[in-house]
Amino acid sequence: MDINVKTDDVSEKENAFNDSIQAGKVIEPKDWMPEKYRKQLLRMMSQHAHSEVVGMLPEGNWITRAPSLARKAILIAKVQDEAGHGLYIYSAAETLGMDRSEMIDQLLAGKAKYSSIFNYPTISWADIGAIGWLVDGAAIVNQTVLAKCSYGPYSRAMLRICREENFHNKQGYQILAYLMRGTQEQKAMAQDAMNRWWWPALMMFGPSDKESPNSADLLKWKVKLFTNDDLRQRFIDRTVEQAQAIGLKIPDDKLKWNEETRHYDFGEINWDEFFQVINGNGPCNKLRLKQRNDAHTNGQWVRDAAKAYAEKKKTN
Amino acid sequence: MMTDLNKALNEFCLRIADNSLIHAQRISEWTGHGPILEEDIAMSNVALDLIGQARGFYTYAAQIEANGKTEDVYAFHRGEREFRNKLMVELPDNKDFGFTMMKLFLNGCFDYLMFRDLMKSTDETISGLAAKSIKEVTYHVRHAGDWVVRLGDGTQESHERVQNSLNELWPFTNELFEQDNIDTLLITNGIAFDKESFRSEWTKMVTEIFAKATLSIPENNTYFPTGGLKGVHTEHFGFLLAEMQYLPRMYPDAVW
Repeated sequence: MDINVKTDDVSEKENAFNDSIQAGKVIEPKDWMPEKYRKQLLRMMSQHAHSEVVGMLPEGNWITRAPSLARKAILIAKVQDEAGHGLYIYSAAETLGMDRSEMIDQLLAGKAKYSSIFNYPTISWADIGAIGWLVDGAAIVNQTVLAKCSYGPYSRAMLRICREENFHNKQGYQILAYLMRGTQEQKAMAQDAMNRWWWPALMMFGPSDKESPNSADLLKWKVKLFTNDDLRQRFIDRTVEQAQAIGLKIPDDKLKWNEETRHYDFGEINWDEFFQVINGNGPCNKLRLKQRNDAHTNGQWVRDAAKAYAEKKKTN
Repeated sequence: MMTDLNKALNEFCLRIADNSLIHAQRISEWTGHGPILEEDIAMSNVALDLIGQARGFYTYAAQIEANGKTEDVYAFHRGEREFRNKLMVELPDNKDFGFTMMKLFLNGCFDYLMFRDLMKSTDETISGLAAKSIKEVTYHVRHAGDWVVRLGDGTQESHERVQNSLNELWPFTNELFEQDNIDTLLITNGIAFDKESFRSEWTKMVTEIFAKATLSIPENNTYFPTGGLKGVHTEHFGFLLAEMQYLPRMYPDAVW
Protein backbone atom coordinates (compact mmCIF):
# COMPACT_ATOMS: atom_id res chain seq x y z
CA MET A 1 0.00 0.00 0.00
CA ASP A 2 1.15 3.52 -0.72
CA ILE A 3 2.67 5.31 2.26
CA ASN A 4 0.59 8.42 1.63
CA VAL A 5 -2.58 6.42 1.24
CA LYS A 6 -5.71 8.58 1.32
CA THR A 7 -7.57 7.41 4.34
CA ASP A 8 -8.60 8.92 7.63
CA ASP A 9 -7.95 5.74 9.51
CA VAL A 10 -4.74 6.26 11.44
CA SER A 11 -4.10 2.60 12.10
CA GLU A 12 -4.48 1.91 8.39
CA LYS A 13 -2.00 4.67 7.66
CA GLU A 14 0.34 3.33 10.25
CA ASN A 15 0.18 -0.15 8.78
CA ALA A 16 1.01 1.24 5.38
CA PHE A 17 3.87 3.21 6.93
CA ASN A 18 5.26 0.12 8.67
CA ASP A 19 4.97 -1.93 5.50
CA SER A 20 6.83 0.60 3.43
CA ILE A 21 9.60 0.80 6.00
CA GLN A 22 9.88 -2.98 5.92
CA ALA A 23 10.11 -2.72 2.15
CA GLY A 24 13.11 -0.42 2.60
CA LYS A 25 11.50 2.87 1.66
CA VAL A 26 13.19 6.05 2.83
CA ILE A 27 10.84 8.47 4.61
CA GLU A 28 10.97 12.09 3.50
CA PRO A 29 9.69 15.17 5.41
CA LYS A 30 6.44 15.48 3.45
CA ASP A 31 5.50 11.82 3.82
CA TRP A 32 2.90 10.91 6.37
CA MET A 33 4.46 9.49 9.52
CA PRO A 34 3.14 8.34 12.88
CA GLU A 35 3.36 11.04 15.52
CA LYS A 36 5.51 8.79 17.65
CA TYR A 37 7.99 8.26 14.82
CA ARG A 38 8.27 12.01 14.35
CA LYS A 39 8.72 12.62 18.06
CA GLN A 40 11.32 9.91 18.53
CA LEU A 41 13.32 11.15 15.58
CA LEU A 42 13.09 14.73 16.70
CA ARG A 43 14.31 13.68 20.13
CA MET A 44 17.22 11.71 18.69
CA MET A 45 18.23 14.30 16.12
CA SER A 46 18.03 17.28 18.45
CA GLN A 47 20.03 15.36 21.06
CA HIS A 48 22.55 14.54 18.39
CA ALA A 49 22.81 18.19 17.30
CA HIS A 50 23.16 19.32 20.92
CA SER A 51 25.93 16.76 21.40
CA GLU A 52 27.87 18.24 18.50
CA VAL A 53 27.55 21.74 19.93
CA VAL A 54 28.25 20.86 23.57
CA GLY A 55 31.09 18.64 22.35
CA MET A 56 32.84 21.77 21.10
CA LEU A 57 33.43 22.85 24.70
CA PRO A 58 35.74 20.14 26.08
CA GLU A 59 37.81 20.18 22.90
CA GLY A 60 37.77 23.95 22.55
CA ASN A 61 39.28 23.96 26.02
CA TRP A 62 42.65 23.02 24.48
CA ILE A 63 42.72 25.21 21.37
CA THR A 64 44.67 28.00 23.01
CA ARG A 65 47.08 25.44 24.53
CA ALA A 66 47.64 23.11 21.58
CA PRO A 67 51.35 22.24 21.62
CA SER A 68 52.24 23.04 17.99
CA LEU A 69 50.87 25.27 15.27
CA ALA A 70 49.88 22.26 13.20
CA ARG A 71 47.99 20.73 16.16
CA LYS A 72 46.33 24.06 16.86
CA ALA A 73 45.13 24.40 13.27
CA ILE A 74 43.88 20.79 13.17
CA LEU A 75 42.02 21.19 16.45
CA ILE A 76 40.34 24.44 15.41
CA ALA A 77 39.30 22.83 12.13
CA LYS A 78 37.96 19.82 13.99
CA VAL A 79 35.91 21.84 16.46
CA GLN A 80 34.70 23.94 13.55
CA ASP A 81 33.53 20.73 11.87
CA GLU A 82 31.51 19.90 14.97
CA ALA A 83 29.79 23.28 14.75
CA GLY A 84 29.02 22.47 11.12
CA HIS A 85 27.60 19.09 12.12
CA GLY A 86 25.44 20.80 14.72
CA LEU A 87 24.06 23.21 12.12
CA TYR A 88 23.50 20.43 9.64
CA ILE A 89 21.63 18.18 12.07
CA TYR A 90 19.57 21.08 13.48
CA SER A 91 18.50 21.83 9.91
CA ALA A 92 17.65 18.20 9.28
CA ALA A 93 15.69 18.11 12.55
CA GLU A 94 13.78 21.24 11.54
CA THR A 95 12.16 19.20 8.77
CA LEU A 96 10.24 17.47 11.56
CA GLY A 97 8.57 20.71 12.54
CA MET A 98 10.57 22.37 15.28
CA ASP A 99 12.76 25.49 14.94
CA ARG A 100 16.41 25.44 15.84
CA SER A 101 15.81 28.21 18.36
CA GLU A 102 13.22 26.10 20.15
CA MET A 103 15.58 23.13 20.31
CA ILE A 104 18.33 25.36 21.65
CA ASP A 105 15.99 26.80 24.26
CA GLN A 106 15.34 23.26 25.47
CA LEU A 107 19.06 22.63 25.72
CA LEU A 108 19.70 25.85 27.60
CA ALA A 109 16.86 25.15 30.00
CA GLY A 110 18.44 21.79 30.80
CA LYS A 111 15.42 19.96 29.37
CA ALA A 112 17.20 18.31 26.45
CA LYS A 113 19.84 15.64 26.68
CA TYR A 114 23.15 15.42 24.87
CA SER A 115 25.80 12.74 24.82
CA SER A 116 26.87 11.93 28.38
CA ILE A 117 30.51 11.79 27.33
CA PHE A 118 30.83 15.57 27.15
CA ASN A 119 30.20 15.85 30.87
CA TYR A 120 33.71 14.59 31.50
CA PRO A 121 36.55 17.11 31.70
CA THR A 122 39.52 17.44 29.33
CA ILE A 123 42.34 17.84 31.79
CA SER A 124 45.33 17.03 29.60
CA TRP A 125 46.38 17.33 25.97
CA ALA A 126 46.10 13.55 25.66
CA ASP A 127 42.36 13.90 26.31
CA ILE A 128 42.10 15.62 22.95
CA GLY A 129 43.61 12.51 21.39
CA ALA A 130 41.26 10.28 23.38
CA ILE A 131 38.19 12.24 22.32
CA GLY A 132 39.13 12.07 18.65
CA TRP A 133 40.01 8.40 18.74
CA LEU A 134 37.55 6.92 21.23
CA VAL A 135 34.62 9.33 21.31
CA ASP A 136 34.57 10.05 17.61
CA GLY A 137 35.36 6.40 16.99
CA ALA A 138 32.28 5.40 18.94
CA ALA A 139 30.27 8.07 17.15
CA ILE A 140 31.36 6.67 13.79
CA VAL A 141 30.13 3.18 14.71
CA ASN A 142 26.78 4.73 15.62
CA GLN A 143 26.57 7.08 12.68
CA THR A 144 27.63 4.64 10.00
CA VAL A 145 24.52 2.69 10.92
CA LEU A 146 22.37 5.81 11.20
CA ALA A 147 23.40 6.66 7.64
CA LYS A 148 21.18 3.75 6.61
CA CYS A 149 18.25 4.74 8.81
CA SER A 150 14.74 5.20 7.46
CA TYR A 151 14.55 9.00 7.67
CA GLY A 152 16.06 10.59 4.56
CA PRO A 153 17.33 13.93 5.93
CA TYR A 154 18.99 12.22 8.90
CA SER A 155 20.60 9.48 6.87
CA ARG A 156 22.00 11.97 4.35
CA ALA A 157 23.37 14.15 7.15
CA MET A 158 25.08 11.09 8.63
CA LEU A 159 26.73 10.14 5.35
CA ARG A 160 28.35 13.50 5.10
CA ILE A 161 29.25 13.77 8.76
CA CYS A 162 30.85 10.32 8.86
CA ARG A 163 33.42 11.37 6.29
CA GLU A 164 34.59 14.17 8.55
CA GLU A 165 34.42 12.04 11.67
CA ASN A 166 36.82 9.61 10.07
CA PHE A 167 39.39 12.40 9.84
CA HIS A 168 38.72 13.33 13.46
CA ASN A 169 39.19 9.75 14.50
CA LYS A 170 42.54 9.55 12.72
CA GLN A 171 43.83 12.82 14.13
CA GLY A 172 42.92 11.70 17.64
CA TYR A 173 44.69 8.40 17.16
CA GLN A 174 47.69 10.21 15.74
CA ILE A 175 47.91 12.48 18.79
CA LEU A 176 48.06 9.43 21.04
CA ALA A 177 50.44 7.56 18.74
CA TYR A 178 52.86 10.50 18.93
CA LEU A 179 52.56 10.61 22.71
CA MET A 180 53.17 6.86 22.96
CA ARG A 181 56.43 7.11 21.09
CA GLY A 182 57.49 10.18 23.06
CA THR A 183 58.92 10.79 26.52
CA GLN A 184 57.92 8.88 29.65
CA GLU A 185 55.73 11.79 30.66
CA GLN A 186 53.95 11.79 27.32
CA LYS A 187 53.32 8.04 27.54
CA ALA A 188 51.92 8.42 31.04
CA MET A 189 49.71 11.25 29.82
CA ALA A 190 48.31 9.05 27.03
CA GLN A 191 47.69 6.05 29.28
CA ASP A 192 46.00 8.24 31.86
CA ALA A 193 43.65 9.58 29.19
CA MET A 194 42.93 6.02 28.05
CA ASN A 195 42.11 5.00 31.62
CA ARG A 196 39.70 7.87 32.08
CA TRP A 197 37.94 7.80 28.66
CA TRP A 198 37.58 4.09 27.90
CA TRP A 199 34.57 3.30 30.06
CA PRO A 200 32.69 6.54 29.38
CA ALA A 201 33.23 5.86 25.66
CA LEU A 202 31.59 2.44 26.04
CA MET A 203 28.69 4.08 27.83
CA MET A 204 28.08 6.29 24.78
CA PHE A 205 26.15 3.47 23.15
CA GLY A 206 23.56 3.74 25.85
CA PRO A 207 22.24 1.21 28.34
CA SER A 208 21.89 -2.42 27.54
CA ASP A 209 18.83 -2.96 25.34
CA LYS A 210 16.95 -4.56 28.20
CA GLU A 211 17.14 -1.16 29.89
CA SER A 212 16.65 1.01 26.84
CA PRO A 213 13.01 2.16 26.78
CA ASN A 214 12.90 3.35 23.17
CA SER A 215 14.80 0.57 21.47
CA ALA A 216 11.91 -1.62 20.33
CA ASP A 217 10.06 1.09 18.41
CA LEU A 218 13.21 2.51 16.93
CA LEU A 219 14.28 -0.89 15.68
CA LYS A 220 10.85 -1.56 14.19
CA TRP A 221 10.96 1.73 12.30
CA LYS A 222 14.55 1.21 11.19
CA VAL A 223 15.64 4.37 12.91
CA LYS A 224 17.97 2.01 14.72
CA LEU A 225 19.26 -0.97 12.82
CA PHE A 226 21.25 -2.63 15.58
CA THR A 227 20.95 -2.79 19.33
CA ASN A 228 23.09 -0.70 21.66
CA ASP A 229 24.93 -3.83 22.76
CA ASP A 230 25.68 -4.87 19.17
CA LEU A 231 27.18 -1.50 18.39
CA ARG A 232 29.17 -1.40 21.61
CA GLN A 233 30.64 -4.80 20.78
CA ARG A 234 31.49 -3.63 17.28
CA PHE A 235 33.32 -0.62 18.71
CA ILE A 236 35.30 -2.72 21.19
CA ASP A 237 36.28 -5.24 18.54
CA ARG A 238 37.67 -2.60 16.24
CA THR A 239 39.37 -0.54 18.94
CA VAL A 240 41.30 -3.13 20.96
CA GLU A 241 43.87 -3.80 18.27
CA GLN A 242 44.35 -0.10 17.61
CA ALA A 243 45.20 0.36 21.27
CA GLN A 244 47.64 -2.55 21.22
CA ALA A 245 49.34 -1.23 18.09
CA ILE A 246 50.55 1.87 19.91
CA GLY A 247 51.11 0.22 23.27
CA LEU A 248 48.09 1.53 25.17
CA LYS A 249 46.61 -0.77 27.78
CA ILE A 250 42.83 -1.01 27.96
CA PRO A 251 41.76 -0.59 31.58
CA ASP A 252 39.70 -3.77 31.76
CA ASP A 253 41.09 -6.95 33.35
CA LYS A 254 38.27 -9.00 31.91
CA LEU A 255 38.92 -7.97 28.32
CA LYS A 256 39.72 -11.15 26.40
CA TRP A 257 39.33 -12.47 22.87
CA ASN A 258 36.65 -15.14 22.72
CA GLU A 259 37.43 -17.63 19.99
CA GLU A 260 33.93 -19.05 20.08
CA THR A 261 31.96 -15.84 19.66
CA ARG A 262 34.73 -14.21 17.57
CA HIS A 263 34.35 -11.13 19.75
CA TYR A 264 36.08 -9.63 22.75
CA ASP A 265 34.55 -10.36 26.13
CA PHE A 266 34.68 -7.40 28.44
CA GLY A 267 34.01 -6.41 32.04
CA GLU A 268 30.95 -4.94 33.65
CA ILE A 269 30.12 -1.33 32.80
CA ASN A 270 29.38 0.88 35.77
CA TRP A 271 25.82 1.81 34.87
CA ASP A 272 25.34 3.68 38.12
CA GLU A 273 27.91 6.15 36.91
CA PHE A 274 26.17 6.39 33.55
CA PHE A 275 22.80 7.16 35.09
CA GLN A 276 24.38 9.64 37.48
CA VAL A 277 25.89 11.49 34.53
CA ILE A 278 22.78 11.52 32.34
CA ASN A 279 20.75 12.69 35.30
CA GLY A 280 22.91 15.75 35.68
CA ASN A 281 25.50 14.60 38.18
CA GLY A 282 28.58 14.12 36.02
CA PRO A 283 31.75 16.12 36.65
CA CYS A 284 30.90 18.80 34.06
CA ASN A 285 27.10 18.80 33.60
CA LYS A 286 26.68 22.11 35.37
CA LEU A 287 29.69 23.66 33.72
CA ARG A 288 28.60 22.69 30.18
CA LEU A 289 25.13 24.09 30.71
CA LYS A 290 26.59 27.26 32.14
CA GLN A 291 29.03 27.62 29.25
CA ARG A 292 26.24 27.28 26.68
CA ASN A 293 24.00 29.66 28.61
CA ASP A 294 26.79 32.20 29.03
CA ALA A 295 27.55 32.16 25.31
CA HIS A 296 23.87 32.56 24.54
CA THR A 297 23.30 35.40 27.01
CA ASN A 298 26.53 37.09 26.07
CA GLY A 299 25.53 37.01 22.40
CA GLN A 300 21.99 38.28 22.90
CA TRP A 301 22.85 41.90 22.10
CA VAL A 302 24.60 40.79 18.92
CA ARG A 303 21.61 38.79 17.72
CA ASP A 304 19.28 41.65 18.65
CA ALA A 305 21.41 44.09 16.70
CA ALA A 306 21.51 41.87 13.63
CA LYS A 307 17.74 41.52 13.75
CA ALA A 308 17.18 45.25 14.24
CA TYR A 309 19.52 46.08 11.39
CA ALA A 310 17.79 43.60 9.07
CA GLU A 311 14.42 45.14 9.96
CA LYS A 312 15.69 48.62 9.21
CA LYS A 313 17.01 47.54 5.83
CA LYS A 314 13.69 45.92 5.03
CA THR A 315 11.68 49.06 5.73
CA ASN A 316 14.14 51.45 4.05
CA MET B 1 76.04 34.56 9.16
CA MET B 2 73.07 36.28 7.67
CA THR B 3 73.59 39.32 5.50
CA ASP B 4 72.02 42.56 6.69
CA LEU B 5 69.38 42.17 4.05
CA ASN B 6 68.56 38.64 5.16
CA LYS B 7 68.44 39.74 8.77
CA ALA B 8 65.98 42.43 7.83
CA LEU B 9 63.92 40.01 5.78
CA ASN B 10 63.85 37.51 8.63
CA GLU B 11 62.67 40.18 11.05
CA PHE B 12 60.10 41.43 8.56
CA CYS B 13 58.62 37.92 8.23
CA LEU B 14 58.52 37.45 12.00
CA ARG B 15 56.63 40.71 12.43
CA ILE B 16 53.89 39.61 10.06
CA ALA B 17 53.81 36.05 11.41
CA ASP B 18 53.68 37.17 15.04
CA ASN B 19 50.86 39.55 14.33
CA SER B 20 48.80 36.89 12.58
CA LEU B 21 49.49 34.25 15.22
CA ILE B 22 48.64 36.41 18.22
CA HIS B 23 45.52 37.68 16.48
CA ALA B 24 44.52 34.07 15.73
CA GLN B 25 45.16 33.07 19.33
CA ARG B 26 42.71 35.70 20.55
CA ILE B 27 40.06 34.89 17.94
CA SER B 28 40.32 31.16 18.60
CA GLU B 29 39.29 31.82 22.21
CA TRP B 30 35.80 32.23 20.76
CA THR B 31 35.49 28.71 19.39
CA GLY B 32 32.43 27.22 21.05
CA HIS B 33 31.36 30.50 22.65
CA GLY B 34 30.13 32.62 19.73
CA PRO B 35 26.83 34.50 19.66
CA ILE B 36 25.43 32.12 17.03
CA LEU B 37 26.66 28.84 15.61
CA GLU B 38 27.31 30.41 12.21
CA GLU B 39 29.71 32.89 13.84
CA ASP B 40 31.54 30.08 15.61
CA ILE B 41 32.23 28.65 12.21
CA ALA B 42 33.21 32.00 10.71
CA MET B 43 35.56 32.93 13.54
CA SER B 44 37.20 29.51 13.44
CA ASN B 45 37.77 30.10 9.75
CA VAL B 46 39.41 33.45 10.38
CA ALA B 47 41.63 31.97 13.08
CA LEU B 48 42.64 29.17 10.72
CA ASP B 49 43.49 31.65 7.97
CA LEU B 50 45.61 33.70 10.33
CA ILE B 51 47.45 30.64 11.65
CA GLY B 52 48.07 29.62 8.06
CA GLN B 53 49.56 33.04 7.32
CA ALA B 54 51.72 32.87 10.44
CA ARG B 55 53.00 29.43 9.48
CA GLY B 56 53.87 30.60 5.98
CA PHE B 57 55.87 33.58 7.18
CA TYR B 58 57.52 31.66 10.05
CA THR B 59 58.58 28.96 7.66
CA TYR B 60 60.15 31.52 5.35
CA ALA B 61 61.82 33.24 8.30
CA ALA B 62 63.31 29.89 9.31
CA GLN B 63 64.48 29.24 5.78
CA ILE B 64 66.31 32.57 5.78
CA GLU B 65 67.87 31.93 9.16
CA ALA B 66 68.88 28.46 7.97
CA ASN B 67 69.90 27.12 11.35
CA GLY B 68 67.31 24.43 11.89
CA LYS B 69 64.61 26.56 13.49
CA THR B 70 61.01 25.68 12.78
CA GLU B 71 57.71 27.53 12.93
CA ASP B 72 57.13 26.02 16.37
CA VAL B 73 60.44 27.28 17.74
CA TYR B 74 59.35 30.82 16.86
CA ALA B 75 55.85 30.35 18.21
CA PHE B 76 56.55 28.43 21.39
CA HIS B 77 60.11 29.10 22.45
CA ARG B 78 60.47 32.86 22.35
CA GLY B 79 59.69 35.19 25.20
CA GLU B 80 57.57 38.32 25.39
CA ARG B 81 60.36 40.68 24.38
CA GLU B 82 61.00 38.71 21.21
CA PHE B 83 57.48 38.90 19.82
CA ARG B 84 56.88 41.64 17.24
CA ASN B 85 53.10 41.74 16.97
CA LYS B 86 51.22 45.02 17.25
CA LEU B 87 49.70 45.72 20.63
CA MET B 88 46.17 45.88 19.25
CA VAL B 89 45.96 42.18 18.40
CA GLU B 90 47.09 41.02 21.83
CA LEU B 91 44.40 43.00 23.69
CA PRO B 92 41.96 40.65 25.41
CA ASP B 93 38.52 40.46 23.83
CA ASN B 94 36.76 39.47 27.04
CA LYS B 95 34.08 37.79 24.93
CA ASP B 96 32.95 41.13 23.55
CA PHE B 97 31.98 40.25 20.00
CA GLY B 98 31.89 43.88 18.88
CA PHE B 99 35.42 44.43 20.12
CA THR B 100 36.62 41.34 18.25
CA MET B 101 34.97 42.43 15.01
CA MET B 102 36.25 45.99 15.31
CA LYS B 103 39.77 44.72 15.89
CA LEU B 104 39.51 42.34 12.96
CA PHE B 105 38.20 45.13 10.77
CA LEU B 106 40.85 47.73 11.67
CA ASN B 107 43.74 45.31 11.43
CA GLY B 108 42.21 43.56 8.43
CA CYS B 109 42.01 46.75 6.37
CA PHE B 110 45.66 47.37 7.13
CA ASP B 111 46.65 43.80 6.22
CA TYR B 112 44.65 44.01 3.02
CA LEU B 113 46.56 47.06 1.81
CA MET B 114 49.89 45.69 3.03
CA PHE B 115 49.44 42.37 1.23
CA ARG B 116 48.18 44.13 -1.89
CA ASP B 117 51.50 45.97 -2.06
CA LEU B 118 53.56 42.95 -1.08
CA MET B 119 52.15 41.04 -4.04
CA LYS B 120 54.50 43.27 -6.06
CA SER B 121 57.51 42.37 -3.92
CA THR B 122 60.71 41.46 -5.77
CA ASP B 123 61.01 38.56 -3.34
CA GLU B 124 58.97 35.77 -4.88
CA THR B 125 58.21 34.00 -1.62
CA ILE B 126 56.89 37.21 -0.09
CA SER B 127 54.79 38.02 -3.13
CA GLY B 128 53.47 34.45 -3.17
CA LEU B 129 52.54 34.50 0.51
CA ALA B 130 50.90 37.90 0.03
CA ALA B 131 48.87 36.66 -2.93
CA LYS B 132 47.55 33.77 -0.85
CA SER B 133 46.89 35.88 2.22
CA ILE B 134 45.04 38.70 0.48
CA LYS B 135 42.25 36.36 -0.59
CA GLU B 136 41.67 35.45 3.03
CA VAL B 137 41.99 38.99 4.34
CA THR B 138 39.51 40.24 1.74
CA TYR B 139 36.96 37.95 3.34
CA HIS B 140 37.92 38.99 6.87
CA VAL B 141 37.45 42.67 6.04
CA ARG B 142 34.10 42.03 4.43
CA HIS B 143 32.87 39.85 7.26
CA ALA B 144 34.08 42.12 10.06
CA GLY B 145 32.99 45.25 8.17
CA ASP B 146 29.47 43.84 7.77
CA TRP B 147 29.31 43.24 11.50
CA VAL B 148 30.64 46.71 12.33
CA VAL B 149 27.81 48.15 10.23
CA ARG B 150 25.18 45.84 11.70
CA LEU B 151 26.23 46.54 15.27
CA GLY B 152 26.78 50.26 14.72
CA ASP B 153 23.41 50.71 13.07
CA GLY B 154 21.59 47.99 15.01
CA THR B 155 20.16 48.76 18.43
CA GLN B 156 20.99 51.57 20.82
CA GLU B 157 22.92 49.12 22.97
CA SER B 158 24.94 47.65 20.11
CA HIS B 159 25.72 51.12 18.82
CA GLU B 160 27.06 52.23 22.18
CA ARG B 161 29.04 49.05 22.68
CA VAL B 162 30.74 49.06 19.31
CA GLN B 163 31.39 52.81 19.50
CA ASN B 164 33.17 52.12 22.80
CA SER B 165 35.22 49.42 21.11
CA LEU B 166 36.20 51.87 18.41
CA ASN B 167 37.12 54.48 21.01
CA GLU B 168 39.27 51.98 22.81
CA LEU B 169 40.97 50.54 19.73
CA TRP B 170 41.47 53.66 17.66
CA PRO B 171 44.60 54.90 19.45
CA PHE B 172 46.22 51.50 18.73
CA THR B 173 45.81 51.93 14.98
CA ASN B 174 48.66 54.41 14.83
CA GLU B 175 51.08 51.61 15.59
CA LEU B 176 49.97 49.66 12.54
CA PHE B 177 51.84 52.12 10.33
CA GLU B 178 55.06 52.24 12.30
CA GLN B 179 58.22 51.30 10.48
CA ASP B 180 61.92 51.46 11.12
CA ASN B 181 65.28 50.90 9.42
CA ILE B 182 64.35 47.25 8.73
CA ASP B 183 61.56 48.49 6.49
CA THR B 184 63.76 51.14 4.94
CA LEU B 185 66.31 48.56 3.86
CA LEU B 186 63.65 46.28 2.38
CA ILE B 187 61.89 49.19 0.67
CA THR B 188 65.17 50.20 -0.97
CA ASN B 189 65.48 46.67 -2.32
CA GLY B 190 61.92 46.50 -3.64
CA ILE B 191 61.00 43.77 -1.19
CA ALA B 192 58.63 45.80 0.97
CA PHE B 193 56.73 49.06 0.54
CA ASP B 194 56.25 52.25 2.48
CA LYS B 195 53.24 51.82 4.79
CA GLU B 196 52.68 55.56 4.89
CA SER B 197 51.90 55.39 1.16
CA PHE B 198 48.57 53.67 1.84
CA ARG B 199 47.65 55.37 5.07
CA SER B 200 45.13 57.71 3.48
CA GLU B 201 43.60 54.80 1.60
CA TRP B 202 43.26 52.91 4.87
CA THR B 203 41.60 55.91 6.50
CA LYS B 204 39.17 56.11 3.59
CA MET B 205 38.38 52.39 3.84
CA VAL B 206 37.53 52.50 7.52
CA THR B 207 35.78 55.87 7.37
CA GLU B 208 33.39 54.64 4.71
CA ILE B 209 32.33 51.71 6.85
CA PHE B 210 32.04 53.89 9.97
CA ALA B 211 29.75 56.24 8.08
CA LYS B 212 27.47 53.33 7.19
CA ALA B 213 27.68 52.13 10.77
CA THR B 214 26.86 55.61 12.12
CA LEU B 215 30.06 55.46 14.17
CA SER B 216 32.46 58.31 14.68
CA ILE B 217 36.22 58.22 14.99
CA PRO B 218 37.22 59.53 18.41
CA GLU B 219 39.01 62.84 18.37
CA ASN B 220 41.45 64.46 20.74
CA ASN B 221 43.47 61.35 21.41
CA THR B 222 46.68 62.33 23.10
CA TYR B 223 48.17 58.92 23.69
CA PHE B 224 49.02 56.43 20.94
CA PRO B 225 50.30 53.14 22.36
CA THR B 226 53.36 51.65 20.73
CA GLY B 227 55.97 49.00 21.42
CA GLY B 228 55.36 45.94 19.24
CA LEU B 229 58.31 46.55 16.92
CA LYS B 230 60.64 46.60 19.90
CA GLY B 231 58.93 43.76 21.74
CA VAL B 232 57.53 45.94 24.50
CA HIS B 233 54.03 44.64 25.05
CA THR B 234 50.99 45.21 27.22
CA GLU B 235 50.51 43.55 30.60
CA HIS B 236 48.06 41.14 28.97
CA PHE B 237 50.62 39.62 26.68
CA GLY B 238 52.54 37.50 29.19
CA PHE B 239 49.37 35.65 30.11
CA LEU B 240 48.61 34.93 26.48
CA LEU B 241 52.08 33.47 25.95
CA ALA B 242 52.00 31.54 29.21
CA GLU B 243 48.85 29.81 28.07
CA MET B 244 49.89 29.28 24.47
CA GLN B 245 53.39 28.02 25.22
CA TYR B 246 52.71 25.99 28.33
CA LEU B 247 53.08 22.47 26.94
CA PRO B 248 56.21 22.96 24.81
CA ARG B 249 57.80 24.91 27.67
CA MET B 250 56.91 22.29 30.26
CA TYR B 251 58.14 19.40 28.13
CA PRO B 252 60.92 20.92 26.02
CA ASP B 253 62.10 17.54 24.67
CA ALA B 254 58.70 16.34 23.60
CA VAL B 255 57.48 15.99 20.03
CA TRP B 256 53.74 16.45 19.59
